[in-house]
Amino acid sequence: MLPVPETLTQSDQDRTLVLNMGPQHPSTHGVLRLILEIDGETIVRLKPEIGYLHTGIEKTCEAKFYQQVVPMTDRIDYLCPLTNNLTYCLAVEKLLGLEIPPKAQWMRVLMNEITRINSHLVWLGTHAMDLGAMTVFLYCFREREDVLRFFEMVSGQRMMTSYFRIGGLALEPPLGFFEKVRMFADRFPGHVDEYEGLLTGNPIFLMRTKGVAKLSAEDAIALGACGPTLRGSGVDIDLRRDAPYTGYENFKFKVPVGTDGDVFARYVCRVQELRESIGIVQQALAGMPEGPVKADAPKVVLPDREKMKTQMEALIYHFKIITEGFTVPAGEVYQAVESPRGEMGYYVVSDGTAKPYRVHMRGPSYANLQALAKMCEGHLIADVIAAVGSIDVVLGDIDR
Amino acid sequence: MPPVPPITDIEHLKSHPALARMLDANQVAIKAVKFDRDELTIWIDRSFIREACALLRDNHDCPFNYLSDLTCVDWYPSEPRFEVVYHLLSIPKKERVRLKVRLDGSSPAVESVTSVWPSANHYEREVYDLFGVRFTGHPNLKRIMMPDDWEGHPLRKDYPVEGYR
Repeated sequence: MLPVPETLTQSDQDRTLVLNMGPQHPSTHGVLRLILEIDGETIVRLKPEIGYLHTGIEKTCEAKFYQQVVPMTDRIDYLCPLTNNLTYCLAVEKLLGLEIPPKAQWMRVLMNEITRINSHLVWLGTHAMDLGAMTVFLYCFREREDVLRFFEMVSGQRMMTSYFRIGGLALEPPLGFFEKVRMFADRFPGHVDEYEGLLTGNPIFLMRTKGVAKLSAEDAIALGACGPTLRGSGVDIDLRRDAPYTGYENFKFKVPVGTDGDVFARYVCRVQELRESIGIVQQALAGMPEGPVKADAPKVVLPDREKMKTQMEALIYHFKIITEGFTVPAGEVYQAVESPRGEMGYYVVSDGTAKPYRVHMRGPSYANLQALAKMCEGHLIADVIAAVGSIDVVLGDIDR
Repeated sequence: MPPVPPITDIEHLKSHPALARMLDANQVAIKAVKFDRDELTIWIDRSFIREACALLRDNHDCPFNYLSDLTCVDWYPSEPRFEVVYHLLSIPKKERVRLKVRLDGSSPAVESVTSVWPSANHYEREVYDLFGVRFTGHPNLKRIMMPDDWEGHPLRKDYPVEGYR
């Protein structure tokens, strides 16, 4: 373990105490280490120490073909794998200038919103449990199980999906998939009422969240907060609406914005987002177009198995994509997507070869973490737990 | 579909709010521009980057008030070797612009923008850690991902993917 930084140990030792929290601590949602300088029970300073989960994904990406990077992106933000897949695929598709068929785009929106529900359910369950509400956790994970089954139906995996590929989707969704999602979408708003019934009016929950870990709009922008953390502070931005991608311009939804900038405002934003997401899922189910799920680009998209067995050309393309990848015209793209945690950005640089020259992931948790110190200073230790939960950190996304 | 060739002529692009503001302030510091795949890139002289960021942040018509991302690209073995990349977003106008600074490989250093955006703190530490680019005026320029006693900068192109053994 790293030594405690000198700047903290040299501080006014008569009054303050340096306390280590994490990296193994249940409420830090992974391996986040916080060094707290406390005066009694009040936080004087807070310093996050990260890097315990650093795996060098950005470096590994440079050694892989473009299509081989997709499974790596799942592992960055493991609570919303499909959003990561989507951002990377959109960036490479923009570099290639690929047109994606409508059904693939609508499926991407549908799966992306189901992913948002999955991520928000994990957040709600763990955040409520940190604050002492055990029941919500069990309820949330009950519904999350349904969502993970949808992932398993389309991709064969519960978490590391890799379902979006460059040029479309990996597979057609299986028979009966839409029917199951429709049944889930019909009953889900009732479940959200259940969670809200347990929390929104709960006096203990209100005492733990209202007026806690406040962040003003100016501070939130200056410190780079994004997503519900930024919207909870009253900044009206949602990339799905403001810079639509993959067909989000065809959907109608509201962007919930808070005013108080406290833990409760962020909670309200996310719970409202759950309701909006299920609305988008229903719109996507109602208007799902027919047609192919892969772009017509034989040099980039793998051919269907059936074609491979009957057509010489398809077999050659398959062999070439697998063995030598496909080249991407030189250039650079920054693609930003509204992930459940905020602005997820992929900066992909191509030098014209079959391997990306540079892939940089702008993780929303990494940005939100910087706002944590501002939120916590002057508050109690117990409020740090509420604040960490409210920015919804995912350490895979921070350390990459 | 072949990609449209990028526009690199300043005259064609000067209506973009970010470029217009920069041309107003310091025309000499703009090294090059590129408009490619709907994204504008401005190469800026390294001595001017902090002022450029402050100007764009306080721009009246279209304030680029949010630092989306700050990263670096290593063009080893060509020189200038490093390109520090700033992605700015205007929350009120929903515009984006990319600023770039080219740095030599021998002793790469550039002025920190933490005084403009406090959020640059962690991003600059990450670039310092993984690329070895120093940011002058940074309040706490230390490694952030790798252990403090790590040798080398892993995202440099001359650093092997599997690490030194």
